[in-house]
Amino acid sequence: MKSVQLDLISYDMLSGMTPMEKIRMILDRVRDGAVVILERGLTPEEEAKLIEYTMTEIEEDFPGIEIESYPSEAKRSWIGRILGKGIVHQPRLTIIGPAEQLKTTSKDRDFISAVISMKDE
Amino acid sequence: MKSGDKMGIFRRLKRNVSSLIRRIFKKNSTRIGIYGPPNAGKTTLANRILMDWTEEEEGFGEVSHIPHETRRAMRRNGIVINANGGVVKLDIVDTPGLATKIDFHDFMKHGLKEEEAKKRAKEATEGVIEAIKWLDDLDGVLLVMDATEDPFTQVNVVVVGNMEARNLPLLIVANKIDLPSASPQRIATAFPQHPMVAISALEGHNMEELYEAIAERFG
Ligand SMILES: Nc1nc2c(ncn2[C@@H]2O[C@H](COP(=O)(O)OP(=O)(O)OP(=O)(O)O)[C@@H](O)[C@H]2O)c(=O)[nH]1
Ligand SMILES: [Mg+2]
Repeated sequence: MKSVQLDLISYDMLSGMTPMEKIRMILDRVRDGAVVILERGLTPEEEAKLIEYTMTEIEEDFPGIEIESYPSEAKRSWIGRILGKGIVHQPRLTIIGPAEQLKTTSKDRDFISAVISMKDE
Repeated sequence: MKSGDKMGIFRRLKRNVSSLIRRIFKKNSTRIGIYGPPNAGKTTLANRILMDWTEEEEGFGEVSHIPHETRRAMRRNGIVINANGGVVKLDIVDTPGLATKIDFHDFMKHGLKEEEAKKRAKEATEGVIEAIKWLDDLDGVLLVMDATEDPFTQVNVVVVGNMEARNLPLLIVANKIDLPSASPQRIATAFPQHPMVAISALEGHNMEELYEAIAERFG
């Protein structure tokens, strides 16, 4: 029977990694055909970097990734306000997979529905 | 506090002070990026802004119903917008549409030959990288969305999140409201923390309101 591998990455595992390590780990798994679920997602800057690295790896049999998460809760502390620091995001549950296999069917502020299909070879 | 955080604070303080100084002595224009998913109407809007406020004959670039028409960022400097008392001088960057996937087969469905489709896909990936790199060099963003499409895409979430993290102003443009299935309200609900203007860049609907919002938000 054909199957899809699901990798569930805990917040503890991810928070011990540098942005580049996170991106490498996610892309390597997705390129191997796995669907990666992050307990807490990436920061907006890390997501931009992930898209950037995905672009460099796109080729005929790898058209890219699908990524979905809930919009994060934006919080701004008083000290951040004084320092003009940007809003602090609390990243939320995030799902990332090969674009060919992972398709989001609907997405809302608090609800994501996705379909994972098998790659026929 | 980690030492990394401290460094960040100093850098931010420096940046805030320098942006304050710039605001006081205002000789530079404000650099605004036009962002959004492919096909949202970014270039159509950029061309209309040029047409409305400059004498320039040449637009930003080509418009097409095939996605990833813009594959290189284009900048035009010193565009002065004068709306309802507010005046802003903008440098505007029209960026390639952002995507997390680019499949050359999609271009073949639009009638491109395989070789052309592969070339377009390759250039489109480079365009996305260019657009992301530009995020570091902007004072604000116009985020254009097709109001007939689902606004809850990760590309939109990433642009909004990056602007918020950088503490930079963002104005959301709900485009294509001339189409019957357009729902700007859905966009407003998706990103309630940011101002939004609903327009048709193609028909020129509601542009006055957009220019007022631009002058207010980026002035
Ligand atoms: N109905 C309608 N169509 C529009 C509007 N604005 C743009 N379009 C059409 O949408 C398609 C895409 O427009 P572009 O301006 O090329 O979109 P873009 O966002 O620059 O796309 P990329 O450069 O590929 O990322 C074209 O067919 C336009 O004519 C609008 O307000 N209403
Ligand atoms: Mg364009």
